[in-house]
Amino acid sequence: MPPEFSVRVGQALDNERLRRNIRRTMDGLVAKRRQAFPDTHELTVLRRRGKLIRGQALANLPDLLLELEANCERNGIQVHWAETAAEGNALVLDLLRRQGARRVIKGKSMVSEEMGLNHYLEAQGIQAVETDLGEFILQLAGERPSHIIAPAIHKDRGEIAALFAAHFPEYPHTEDIEGLTAIARRIMREHFGQAVAGLSGVNFAIAESGTLCLVENEGNGRLCTTAPDIHIAVCGIEKVIARLDQLPPLLTLLTRSATGQPITTYVNLISGPRREGERDGPREVHLVLLDNGRSRIHRDQQLRATLRCIRCGACMNHCPVYSRLGGHAYGTVYPGPIGSVLEPQLQGLDRQGELAEASSLCGACGEVCPVRIPLPGLLRRLRAEGVGDGPDAGVPGQGSRRKVLHRLIWSLWRQAHAHPPLYWLMTRLATRLRRLLPIGLGPWARTRTPPVIAPRSLHELARAEGFAHE
Amino acid sequence: MNSPAREAILQRLRRGTPGGARPAPENPVRRFDWSPEERLRRFIAALTAVRGEVILVGDDWPACLFSRLQAKGATNLRYAADTALGAELVRAWPDRGAIALIPHDQPIEACRTQLFTATDASLTGCLGGIAETGTLVLWPSIQEPRLMSLVPPIHAVVLEADRIRSTFHEFLVEEDWAGRGLPTNALLISGPSKSADIEQTLAYGVHGPKELLVLIRAGRGAADPHLNPPRDPTAALAGALA
Repeated sequence: MPPEFSVRVGQALDNERLRRNIRRTMDGLVAKRRQAFPDTHELTVLRRRGKLIRGQALANLPDLLLELEANCERNGIQVHWAETAAEGNALVLDLLRRQGARRVIKGKSMVSEEMGLNHYLEAQGIQAVETDLGEFILQLAGERPSHIIAPAIHKDRGEIAALFAAHFPEYPHTEDIEGLTAIARRIMREHFGQAVAGLSGVNFAIAESGTLCLVENEGNGRLCTTAPDIHIAVCGIEKVIARLDQLPPLLTLLTRSATGQPITTYVNLISGPRREGERDGPREVHLVLLDNGRSRIHRDQQLRATLRCIRCGACMNHCPVYSRLGGHAYGTVYPGPIGSVLEPQLQGLDRQGELAEASSLCGACGEVCPVRIPLPGLLRRLRAEGVGDGPDAGVPGQGSRRKVLHRLIWSLWRQAHAHPPLYWLMTRLATRLRRLLPIGLGPWARTRTPPVIAPRSLHELARAEGFAHE
Repeated sequence: MNSPAREAILQRLRRGTPGGARPAPENPVRRFDWSPEERLRRFIAALTAVRGEVILVGDDWPACLFSRLQAKGATNLRYAADTALGAELVRAWPDRGAIALIPHDQPIEACRTQLFTATDASLTGCLGGIAETGTLVLWPSIQEPRLMSLVPPIHAVVLEADRIRSTFHEFLVEEDWAGRGLPTNALLISGPSKSADIEQTLAYGVHGPKELLVLIRAGRGAADPHLNPPRDPTAALAGALA
């Protein structure tokens, strides 16, 4: 049983090395994004378009998924549907078993993290090898990603060097970043040269052409999707877009928001397995479309905005909470503001509803979101659903965060403000008995001066000054 | 493929989309009236910013490529045998003893080890370039399969200068990608392979090529006598492109 969220928060805040590593990266990513969008008018236009393209895709989602399926199959890509993570895992396992694969090389995929695919496959005797440099480091450390774009940013070069030295003693110890990268390249090359099966995520699935678009910088994604005999792509059902000409604006929003790059080194557009006469490429390409709660989110017009997300990570980079905690404290696959909105909906408010409260509602996430997801508004909606005050769209665990004491306090508050004599009595008591009131502000007051109740209420002071109608 | 999961998912989604399908949105795009010189200038600036190497070449490009590769210590070059580019390369290659030419004409199953462990450099053509981002557009083919641009440590590409367009959007719309149908694997490549996964510090040559060498060829007769690009490369090509 992992520790409570509040305990994890305390642990993260007390870890100075972690805080230094996270903060350095977040500040860097924020600065890079700012430089990547020098023209605010262009940014405004692009965000509006990004929102429109994603929003319309979601409005047409069932038809677009059918179109995607038809065009993928025409191209020779086999399409599979999974309602849950468990179904998705079983589908992948079955495909690997049929291929006789003992090992699968993986490109970075958050959906596979969501499915818990690596653990599942290991338990079934199939080794899953992460090939993205950051994910490779985490696999050595036995940890989960702490950021959706830069998964290993909570570690510095010293920690990574120690990890490499422990796992690969045959290589000379180095703390040089180029040197560490070169070691990873040499180790991975052997896997790429021999692998039978490769697995990847999908950034955008284009319905009109039956194309899977993957972006990356390292080349491992291309190797995983090209070198083995079989390529399996796992993809959330929300990732579909209607047309090829909608790809360029989303692509530029994604890469500039995520890392400040005008474009990633590789944009990989896969439209089928190896064709007759071709000399390389996988013999089979499979697309696993995963629901895992998304169709439920889709039903609510407001919460549906969650599904517009293109997974750039800008909301976490700009979040004052994330940039102090890092991703692990959240305890979920998706951290940061988007995680605090998505995870309670996927796992239930009873299990992750606390995350919706881990926000100061400063609004930075909503300001930077490239597809204009109103994240602060969605956090408030989920808080309301948690205490049973929302319109209830079937969010699991709805009302589970309701507390009798809170109810009572708010109901008294409402009564007092609706009835003047009661209000008078309340302020009279509070001012006259101010020294007797047990105001426990707890740790909040450790570094702040606690507020003191005045001896006279504003009403009384105003009346004393001669105001007739206060 | 019909399955219970598929039906259940679609049914739930249909409940969330009352009124059926809506038309896809208009997609107005930014247009750039860049001249050919401007496109070339921007392409070179954007590509060199991500450590792509650019050489302006003429018909003697094989010799230019040869000396560059020699300087990098390459001992062999894999090329697509049955292409016009491959034929030009073979015809004008200065010294096969110094840098051996390996024709890439077999399925990967027959040359996997060779490709992964014993190839220093590869040469491919490309469909064109994108000025805005310094991007090469590749449509790998039967003759020039996709791993050629990925596995060898040095990837050299010949790009025709008049095939540089302003934006990705312009490229795919004006060449009607959706109508023509895409190849099994269309690629956009912007620089050599890189990662910033350790401390957000860029390191090049992670899993793909460590070096990307782009030979930009203007129209016939515009040979650049220098192997190194001049300070203002557009000046050298302005005449040829005008």
